[in-house]
Amino acid sequence: MPKDSGIGASSKRREDIRFLTGDGNYTDDINIHGQAYVHFLRSDVAHGTLNSVNTDAAAAMDGVVKIFTGTDFEAVGSIPCGWQVTDKHGEVMQEPRHPVLAHGKVRHVGEPIAAVVADTPEQARDAAEAIEVDISELPAVIDMKEAVRDGAPKVHDDLTGNLCYDWGFVEENKGAVDAAFEKAAHVTTLELVNNRLVANPMEPRVAVGDFARSTGDYTLYTTSQNPHVIRLLMGAFVLGIPEHKLRVVAPDVGGGFGTKIFHYQEEAFVTFAAKACNRPVKWTSSRSEAFMSDAHGRDHVTKIELALDADNNFTALRTDTYANMGAYLSTFAPSVPTWLHGTLMAGNYKTPLIYVNVKAVFTNTVPVDAYRGAGRPEATYQLERLVDKAAHELGVDPIKLRRQNFVTEFPYATPVAVEYDTGDYIATMDKLEEMADVAGFAARRQESEAKGRLRGFGVNCYIEACGIAPSNLVGQLGARAGLYESATVRVNATGGLVVMTGSHSHGQGHETSFAQVVAEMIGIDESMVEIVHGDTDRVPMGMGTYGSRSLAVGGSAMVRATEKIIAKARKIASHLLEASETDVELKDGAFTVAGTDKSVAWGDVTLAAYVPHNYPLEEIEPGLEETAFYDPANFTYPSGAYACEVELDPETGQVTVERFFAADDFGNIVNPMIVTGQVHGGLAQGIGQALMENCTYDADGQLLSASYMDYAMPRASDLPFYDVDHSCQTPCTHNPLGVKGCGEAGAIGSPPAVVNAVLDAMRSGGKDVSHIDMPVSPHRVWEAMNS
Amino acid sequence: MYNFDVERPKTVADAVNALATDEAQPMSGGQTLIPTLKARLAMPSVLVSLSGIDEMKGVRKGDDGRLCIGGGTTHATVAAEAAADFPGLAGLAARIGDPAVRNRGTIGGSVANNDPSACYPAAVLATGATVVTNNREIAADDYFQGMFATALEEGEIVTEVKFPIPQASHYEKHIQPASRFPLVAVFVAKFADGVRVAVTGASENGVFRWTEAEAALGGAFNSDTVKGLTVDAADMISDLHGSGAYRAHLVGVMTRRAVDAING
Ligand SMILES: Cc1cc2nc3c(=O)[nH]c(=O)nc-3n(C[C@H](O)[C@H](O)[C@H](O)COP(=O)(O)OP(=O)(O)OC[C@H]3O[C@@H](n4cnc5c(N)ncnc54)[C@H](O)[C@@H]3O)c2cc1C
Repeated sequence: MPKDSGIGASSKRREDIRFLTGDGNYTDDINIHGQAYVHFLRSDVAHGTLNSVNTDAAAAMDGVVKIFTGTDFEAVGSIPCGWQVTDKHGEVMQEPRHPVLAHGKVRHVGEPIAAVVADTPEQARDAAEAIEVDISELPAVIDMKEAVRDGAPKVHDDLTGNLCYDWGFVEENKGAVDAAFEKAAHVTTLELVNNRLVANPMEPRVAVGDFARSTGDYTLYTTSQNPHVIRLLMGAFVLGIPEHKLRVVAPDVGGGFGTKIFHYQEEAFVTFAAKACNRPVKWTSSRSEAFMSDAHGRDHVTKIELALDADNNFTALRTDTYANMGAYLSTFAPSVPTWLHGTLMAGNYKTPLIYVNVKAVFTNTVPVDAYRGAGRPEATYQLERLVDKAAHELGVDPIKLRRQNFVTEFPYATPVAVEYDTGDYIATMDKLEEMADVAGFAARRQESEAKGRLRGFGVNCYIEACGIAPSNLVGQLGARAGLYESATVRVNATGGLVVMTGSHSHGQGHETSFAQVVAEMIGIDESMVEIVHGDTDRVPMGMGTYGSRSLAVGGSAMVRATEKIIAKARKIASHLLEASETDVELKDGAFTVAGTDKSVAWGDVTLAAYVPHNYPLEEIEPGLEETAFYDPANFTYPSGAYACEVELDPETGQVTVERFFAADDFGNIVNPMIVTGQVHGGLAQGIGQALMENCTYDADGQLLSASYMDYAMPRASDLPFYDVDHSCQTPCTHNPLGVKGCGEAGAIGSPPAVVNAVLDAMRSGGKDVSHIDMPVSPHRVWEAMNS
Repeated sequence: MYNFDVERPKTVADAVNALATDEAQPMSGGQTLIPTLKARLAMPSVLVSLSGIDEMKGVRKGDDGRLCIGGGTTHATVAAEAAADFPGLAGLAARIGDPAVRNRGTIGGSVANNDPSACYPAAVLATGATVVTNNREIAADDYFQGMFATALEEGEIVTEVKFPIPQASHYEKHIQPASRFPLVAVFVAKFADGVRVAVTGASENGVFRWTEAEAALGGAFNSDTVKGLTVDAADMISDLHGSGAYRAHLVGVMTRRAVDAING
């Protein structure tokens, strides 16, 4: 019987009522009396010397409050990078200055050059058009391999070149890996591109800066996944505002997918300008601006090789990846192709020897950073495409080859530094084969062929790492932040609870699922628990939401704080019940004395805490409010097996996904409906990447896919009804909820299955193509079929 | 957007007068024009809204058997009201954009704009329709003059399009994955006295008639007769969604599929 409340129940998402009735409070809904509006004049060339910016005519225009250029920010800090990677020679990465407004040079289309603050958005835009900018264009570097050639134009003149770092992982293993390749019975090699994507959250970025002259307090309202991180990065490193004088609020946020993790220039600008103009300043990104200023995702070019012995056991793996950083280092950019990618290269397999090389490269493009999955989709895609290719070359069944090489014993220490605590890859593969009706495929293929279509079946496995941690380890790896999470549980006198979590919900449904956990622990109704997030003045220092960490890390902090609450409440209850604490148990919202009918209700205990007339004041303080900070011992490792069935129209090259199956192991599940929804969303983005989405620049650095006219977003009609299962559950062994994280799995696990299926379909049509790059657009399929 | 004034005439005559002002521009559904204004790519001083002109709306059968569609008729209305008399055209209208676009966008706006990837121009050209304006009638063959170029004069309004109704017709479209406009689409219209084939989305010169295919299909109306025919890839648009060669190939595929659809 499914439960109807608490952990395991598919409680309806309470936040949806306000989202669906237009009652949400998004950043753009925030308007402060007297606010002015900023319009950014953005570069329309990819690379050039900024000779002059003449604002005279613009400054005289109607409504203009003040115009800012790069020189106004010379004394202001650089937009910081939150992760420092050390390269294979032990040298730290090259880290360029990232100005709030371009100074001296422009380095990508969309980089802000000047900012006009005016009474209305239209006046700001009018004046921005009147600014005269003199730029001497320089040759742009767009292609990563070109960018690292000797003599290539430099994105940053003060760096030695365009190579940010050359990372080897694990460098000491390189010799052994190469030796294993020498001895291999078979080597499979694959070169591929992981296409650049634009995150495209439904809500574009917005920032409102406010400054109170009388107190010196700043407030920034912003579309962020982690307001405390913004407060720290912007306050300490850019503007020099101490944290107690800076409040950052991220209210309802309409999707982030990673791109709202990072600290952006526009946030620093509105905060700075609010003081400089003595007026609140608001910026609302247009969709066009979002395309050229939100950090992009993916963009790897990889060569990967697998060595196998004569029995088809994987003996070694090596990879060689170019990772695009764009023109500047976005907040977590350096970590994505390294610690979030290299550490996952073992996948679900017990390959004993692995070496990963990543060259991070500066180009004249928008900065690239984490996007749903961040590093793990790149790892999964190359590995799962490679294994499929190996199976095909060896003439063995791709599922069999995978099963033969699965990790089966846990904990499992990979050769790439991480230890999988738990998992059962055979179970998810068994489940997948059952769901996907592999036996019935031949008949379905015949049906498709009768219509003149080709049909293909593709599978892949994935392993990912969520809840990046622990802090002391990530510190050694270069993180300039801790990766714990916080929660304060405040119990009111009448028994209701407010949980202030450092996690941030921007669509994930935390207000529902987090309440389920706390309600279950106490045995009260979910409606008695309120979740507060997204405001540095209301919530203890938290690290926010990304990397599917909210329940595993934020939820664990909340559990720890609730445990403290229960322990104290038990003391109060035992006093009221005149019983020994050890005899008092909490069940269904009441404390009872074991073996008796004596009990005291939750509400009576909480009332006593705040009206402590009959209370053990000599032992404990009044009140019922506890805080916990939880720093996890390890990542969590969700895993699964996915299958995709496509139909391919050989005449047009059009591919349609007919069926899609996902068998995931997320450990324990708090709200199955929300988990299913998270998988659905991830699949849409994964299938979108595989078939449609592509951020493209021309050789001069012009963004070709700069709007929805050219950037293909998946729509409901492009996607099948998914068949999603999460009944295989190996609970995480090191967090109190046994949960693993489900937010990114769909995006991580689906692209290889789609591409594997397309290649299978092509083979069935007599065209044995060893690889096709994403997005597998009709044009590309047609070209491959006719090559 | 830049600032502009709005006029809301009730008659074509008033609209023509309003358009006589400097920098005035007509607006119908605004589905093309409003995004252009928002991007500040156009700067009209006066927008003359045609959406309140009743005499420009509706679908009716003319005395000569032609289907006459007012220039201000929305795609949704055409999809619903042309279905019985001219299902090929109704099917085209039903698949333009999304419901919001179909409820606002008009046939007059589409034909006036003559986007090289627009749907209606293919039907207008393939049926040899007549584009009616406030002061003349223009044959389709004279009307379309290349990408975004038409025979319309400054201030001239498309008030109606008169379609000869073919015995059978079909519009086959392969969409561009992002915009979902046609990457290549073909309208095949079969009349008692011959076949006309118009192609949109493909050519650097906008919508065009594929006369070789027309001749072949006029001889034997089945898809095999056009199998060997090709259009010149060098004349086709080449962009990030498809090369000229791919588009040229699709012209053949879409034509054959349209013919097969008509033959059932
Ligand atoms: C999301 C989206 C998807 C779309 N998909 C498709 C598609 O798949 N296929 C397709 O064909 N189209 C598509 N369109 C375009 C749509 O069909 C437009 O409605 C059409 O192109 C223009 O019609 P309108 O009435 O909106 O014209 P408007 O936008 O009002 O005007 C367009 C131009 O024509 C002029 N004009 C308007 N009416 C007249 C008139 N009666 N006489 C003279 N000049 C006039 C205007 O001055 C302007 O220059 C799409 C549009 C959008 C926004």
